[in-house]
Amino acid sequence: MPTVKGDGMRGLAVFISDIRNCKSKEAEIKRINKELANIRSKFKGDKTLDGYQKKKYVCKLLFIFLLGHDIDFGHMEAVNLLSSNRYTEKQIGYLFISVLIGANNDLMKLVIQAIRNDLAGRNPIHITLALQCVANIGSREMAEGLSVDIPKLLVSGDTIDSVKQSAALTLLRLLRSSPDSIPMGEWMSRIIHLLNDQHMGVVTAAASLIENLVKKNPEEYKGCVSLAVSRLSRIVTSSYTDLQDYTYYFVPAPWLSVKLLRLLQNYPPPEDPAVKTRLSECLETILNKAQEPPKSKKVQHSNAKNAVLFEAINLIIHMDSDPNLLVRACNQLGQFLQHRETNLRYLALESMCLLATSEFSHEAVKKHQETVITALKTERDVSVRQRAVDLLYAMCDRTNAEEIVGEMLEYLESADYSIREEMVLKVAILAEKYAVDYTWYVDVILNLIRIAGDYVSEEVWYRVIQIVINRDDVQGYAAKTVFEALQAPACHENMVKVGGYILGEFGNLIAGDPRSGSAVQFQLLHSKYHLCSPATRGLLLSAYIKFINLFPEIKHIIQDVLRSDNNMRNADVELQQRSIEYLQLSSITTADVLATVLEEMPPFPERESSILAKLKKKKPSSVPEGSEQKETTASKIPAVQMSNNVDIAPPTSINLMSQGESSTDDFVDQGSPQGGSASVDLLGLGSPTQPTAPSVGSGGLLDMFDTLTSHSSAPATNGIDLGGLSGGAEEAFRKFICKNNGVLFENDLLQIGVKSEYREDLGRLWVFYGNKTTFQLNAFLVDVSTPGNLSETGLSIQQKPVGGEVEAGAQVKQQFNMACVQEFAEAPVMTIQFLYSGAQQKISLKLPVVLNKYITPAEMDANTFFTRWKALNSPSQECQQIIKATSPIDHEQVKAKLIGFSVSVLEKVDPNAENFVSAGILYTRNQQVGILLRLEPNKQAQMYRLTVRASRDKVAKILCDLMQTQL
Amino acid sequence: MMQFMLLFSRQGKLRLQKWYAAHQDKMKKKITRELVTLVLSRKPKMCSFLEWKDLKIVYKRYASLYFCCAIEPEDNELLTLEVIHRYVELLDKYFGSVCELDIIFNFEKAYFMLDELLLGGEVQETSKKNVLKAIAAQDLLQEEETPQGFFEDHGLG
Repeated sequence: MPTVKGDGMRGLAVFISDIRNCKSKEAEIKRINKELANIRSKFKGDKTLDGYQKKKYVCKLLFIFLLGHDIDFGHMEAVNLLSSNRYTEKQIGYLFISVLIGANNDLMKLVIQAIRNDLAGRNPIHITLALQCVANIGSREMAEGLSVDIPKLLVSGDTIDSVKQSAALTLLRLLRSSPDSIPMGEWMSRIIHLLNDQHMGVVTAAASLIENLVKKNPEEYKGCVSLAVSRLSRIVTSSYTDLQDYTYYFVPAPWLSVKLLRLLQNYPPPEDPAVKTRLSECLETILNKAQEPPKSKKVQHSNAKNAVLFEAINLIIHMDSDPNLLVRACNQLGQFLQHRETNLRYLALESMCLLATSEFSHEAVKKHQETVITALKTERDVSVRQRAVDLLYAMCDRTNAEEIVGEMLEYLESADYSIREEMVLKVAILAEKYAVDYTWYVDVILNLIRIAGDYVSEEVWYRVIQIVINRDDVQGYAAKTVFEALQAPACHENMVKVGGYILGEFGNLIAGDPRSGSAVQFQLLHSKYHLCSPATRGLLLSAYIKFINLFPEIKHIIQDVLRSDNNMRNADVELQQRSIEYLQLSSITTADVLATVLEEMPPFPERESSILAKLKKKKPSSVPEGSEQKETTASKIPAVQMSNNVDIAPPTSINLMSQGESSTDDFVDQGSPQGGSASVDLLGLGSPTQPTAPSVGSGGLLDMFDTLTSHSSAPATNGIDLGGLSGGAEEAFRKFICKNNGVLFENDLLQIGVKSEYREDLGRLWVFYGNKTTFQLNAFLVDVSTPGNLSETGLSIQQKPVGGEVEAGAQVKQQFNMACVQEFAEAPVMTIQFLYSGAQQKISLKLPVVLNKYITPAEMDANTFFTRWKALNSPSQECQQIIKATSPIDHEQVKAKLIGFSVSVLEKVDPNAENFVSAGILYTRNQQVGILLRLEPNKQAQMYRLTVRASRDKVAKILCDLMQTQL
Repeated sequence: MMQFMLLFSRQGKLRLQKWYAAHQDKMKKKITRELVTLVLSRKPKMCSFLEWKDLKIVYKRYASLYFCCAIEPEDNELLTLEVIHRYVELLDKYFGSVCELDIIFNFEKAYFMLDELLLGGEVQETSKKNVLKAIAAQDLLQEEETPQGFFEDHGLG
């Protein structure tokens, strides 16, 4: 047994030896249980237990705890030790409490009382113990209980230095854990002067506290800048003997230097020219010292010296104002890139990443490109290689992009699995950002897929498609390149996806060459079909239907494929649906219609690269602080939008199946959601309307075309952008104009249902959020905003709170109360945000609250109707629209719509029985508005004429606009 | 600010743990397990710094013991290595050629010494002399207090 220091609790040492001698885990547990039983009985029975014994047993319990066992008694005995007059007993008591008593323990009040007693006593060694305990636990209760005592100790003139040190750091701990519990007081104004303290230890401790205060309120503590600069200056210009024991391996006060350099990073470069000059001199001295021969060969010397140097470089980068210093810093780091110490190479790479973002040193960093590439290839430690990747990414610009991307691609072939995905993202971003020639970009991305297909995330291949579609100069090249890439016997599924998509759009551009004729292209794609996942097959089917349009000559071959049992009767409902619908589409439509439906994709709206967003999310620190990053942080766009496939999907003409359904839903009662999910809808709209069972009847098909036309006029409904609405939101919203209940939104994660009821000018609406996943949705937030100044004038909304989490599979309900103050045209917008497995999700929907909900139907005879109709004859009271029917005109259906619109349907009023006449009263808080409506269908022309008259200006127009969406 | 410091043996046995930010016991065990495995799997010439979650890990091996610290992104890695070294020096000076057993049998002293060097995760006193002076003062107090149960421990009570 080794010597036991100090008073030596022999019993403890014996116990520790016993434990160490245990041959097995079981024996150890047995020995521990025996000891626990012994201690328990001592604590229970032996009233005469003296302080020493208590201390010994408490210490044994502590040891047992530190071995990893639970301790559920002894806390009271430990608290008793705190009030002992013997230092060693007090000390063990405090240690036990620091390690074992959590912030919420019942005994905390007693502990705080004991601490307060010790702080009030005059014995500095007891005060120190008490402070250390507070610093170790740092609970809110302590902060509240001791918020006056500790600052007092810190600035009092008769506190000894070591107590001041502890008081400063204890106060810092409390400020960190419960900042609002510490009252600001007179001590604050005196605190920065501790930087001038005689005692280096006091300055060292105080510097950390001051930095924390400065972070919260830089203006108030501005005076610390000149104090810190002068202190720093005195240190760096001192010889190593001046500071005696605060010199560490010939480096004067490295810890204090680093703290001061960090403190200064909270401020812009000093304004006072004298201070500024002095600081520059300090930084230069530090850089000069790095060039001097080392005063010792010990690694401690070089570590301490370089620690100060790196911190100085951080400050130089932070100030970003002195080109001379920045370039010198860069040269210094360049030397470290080839240093034999791995640690220095690592730090130099990391620090250079920051230098690369400064305009002054960017060029200087680029000089080291070769070294960094060598590091990427030769470093043995993956964490260093990772830094090299980061630096290459940061130093890349238009001049060296081709080389850097080439090197990264080459390295990717052998790169560690742990960094591949990130490398893929970085290569993709650089290629896009610095592409002068987009054929190069296409090559890079296809190479990425070839080399590291598994690590190419959806964002990457979506992006290449977006870019190809938006730039017609590269489309032919892209088609040719993917065609060649697909020739490889084993190609990655991502390649098939990109290939399918691009050939489907632009295959015609290379079909002139018989080696890549239409049939060849099709056979090539189809040869991969059976090896692919259902999602990819769905995409290929869409490519096939596009081929039918591009290459009528192979229509019959493709129709055979669509007709095959493997597709038409596939177990996957989405594939089945696509096959059947595409087959129908290709069989019954004329070439003109087909060409319209399947025309080339329109360009995607320009937006931030989704890949960049993904990289930022993955590794916020690795994206240099370029302008693009600042933009996004400013606008706070969630990094990854709702659903990946939405991003790629502009209003498309090809995949409109789900669109068609959403309008048939108006006529078909909404059944329970079917199995198909939006994620299968790879090519498509990401329209989250629920897919119902395939309805290929003629009605369905017609609807399909109608939505096509109406859709192209409202492209903004697609994609999820900050200002825009989530995919399908507009269609879903429209369904609610004539009904009160149903599903408003659905995607893979969430189903949102709505129920509502209205009475005169008041309405209540319940929104049901159903979590479809098997995970909890966190930070669930719902915000409703009214466009324009609606809230002041039109609609008053009261929102009941909805809780922060939605459990897996659970549904939560939220109630809204809405009063109609006066007429309004725009529905409120609801924004739902939550975290799903760490990713921020955002859904924007229109809340289905529309003006007609506040109408109450009114009955009247023909006479009254026409009298009133004639009375409302001023132009502002009437609105008339001619509407093309979106479905065959059916009397009963139209009648149902009108009733759903909350107006009466008056029989025998209009001489023409085919016409509809309706009346209602719109209730608003301010007044009641009479509403009269006349709807004249023309079955031959498939048209309606809709006339609305209302006793208040604007109302007729609003109602007319709402009604026309329903016909 | 340092978040925690762990001392463990080459066999992965935890010898000392100091947490400067509050965690549940379960979490502490999980973090410890994860880091012990991570650090022990590293080869000798590798870099002493690691990125781990939002923190930086700085570790160094002294004989059979690994000293492993977690610091925040803005903290200085090289200087953290020297915090470890200063701590080792203090232990060494106090115990006289410190070995793992000293820390096992005098774990409470190891904690007391650490509290003098670092407080609340920040460097408090870097002077070796001052720390040792404080610890010596503690020992002096101990000796003055005649332990009542001392004889009992030696079978004489």
